[in-house]
Amino acid sequence: MLQLLAEQQAGELASGLKTVGAGIVYGGAAIGPGIGIGIVVGNAITAMARQPEASGPVRTTMFLGIAFTEALALFGFVLAFLLKG
Amino acid sequence: MTLGLEFPAVSQLVQWKVLFGSGPFAVTRVTIQIVLSVIIVIAFFVIAGRKKNLVPTGVQNLAESTVDFVQEGIILESMGPEGLSWTPFMLTLFSFILVLNLWEVIPVFQMPVTAHIAIPAELAILVWVLFNTVGIKTQGFFGYLKTMAFPPLGDMSLLGKIPLYCLITPIEIISTLFVRPLSLAVRLFANMLAGHLLLATFAVLSAAMFTADAIYLRPFGVLPFALLIALTGFEVLVAALQAFIFTILAAVYIGLAMHPEH
Repeated sequence: MLQLLAEQQAGELASGLKTVGAGIVYGGAAIGPGIGIGIVVGNAITAMARQPEASGPVRTTMFLGIAFTEALALFGFVLAFLLKG
Repeated sequence: MTLGLEFPAVSQLVQWKVLFGSGPFAVTRVTIQIVLSVIIVIAFFVIAGRKKNLVPTGVQNLAESTVDFVQEGIILESMGPEGLSWTPFMLTLFSFILVLNLWEVIPVFQMPVTAHIAIPAELAILVWVLFNTVGIKTQGFFGYLKTMAFPPLGDMSLLGKIPLYCLITPIEIISTLFVRPLSLAVRLFANMLAGHLLLATFAVLSAAMFTADAIYLRPFGVLPFALLIALTGFEVLVAALQAFIFTILAAVYIGLAMHPEH
C-alpha cells in the first residue's frame, strides 16, 4: 500500500485526496439533515393522521421545514464541488 | 474501462458552447432558454387574460388555477390577507422559476437554467432587497434594525435578557442578512444541479450499457433506462416543489418584514 502510494506522482495523490475529502464533506453534511427531515416528515404525518382536516396547512409547514433543514445538506453538496474543483 | 463508461466532468454538463458574442455578452443555449422562458410566461398570461369568460376553459382555466394556487397556497398561508396585493410579484416569481426549472425535462434542451448559480442568486438578491425595503418602509430604519437584532423575549428580567441577547443578536443579524439570501439561492441551485447530474448519470449509464462490447450486458441496459424514465417524472415534481418553496420563502420573509412579532 505504502509502496503503491510512493509510486504515485505528488499531484495525483493530492487530487485523489481532494476527491476523498469531497466525499467525506458531502457524506458528513447529509447525516444531520437526513435525521432532521425524518423527524419533520414523521411528525407531519402524525399530525395529518390525527387531524386529516388540517392536512393543508400541515403540508405547507412541512415543506417549509424540509426546505430549511435541507439547506444544510445542500451547502455540503455545493462545498463538495468547490473542494473538488 | 470495461464498459466504455466514462462519466463527463461536472463542468462539461453545465457549460455550453458560446453561440455568438463574447465576454459578458456571450450567448449560449442557456441564455436563449432564459429569453424563451420570459416570452413563454408573458405569452401564457396575456393569452389567458385576453378573453375573460365567466366559465374558464383551456388556457384561461390553467392560468386561473395558478393564480388561485399562488393566492391560497402561498400568500394567505404566509402573509395573511394583507399580502394579497403581492399576488402579481409572487405569481411572476413562481411561474418564471417553474418554467426555468422545467427545461430540465424538456427534450432537446434538457438543461435546467437554474442549475447555473447566477440565476437563483439574482432572484435571491431581488428578494433580499425587497424584504429589507418592506421592513424599513413599514417599521422605519431603526425600528427594523431593532426587531431584527432584538427579537422580543417575553416576560423576563433585564438581568436574564442581557446574556440571551449577547447570544441571539449576532445569530439573528447573520441569519437575516446573509444566510437567508445565500440559502435561498443555494437551495434552488443545488436541487436543480443535483437533479440534472442524476439524470445525466443514468443517461450515460444506459447509453454505455446499450452499446457495451459484451453482448450479454446489453439487455440489462433496460434497468437504468427504466430508472431514468421514473427519475424524469420525479424531477418534474422537484421542479414544481422548488418553485413553490422559493416563492413561499420569499413570501414568508416579506410577511415577516411586514408584521414583526411582538
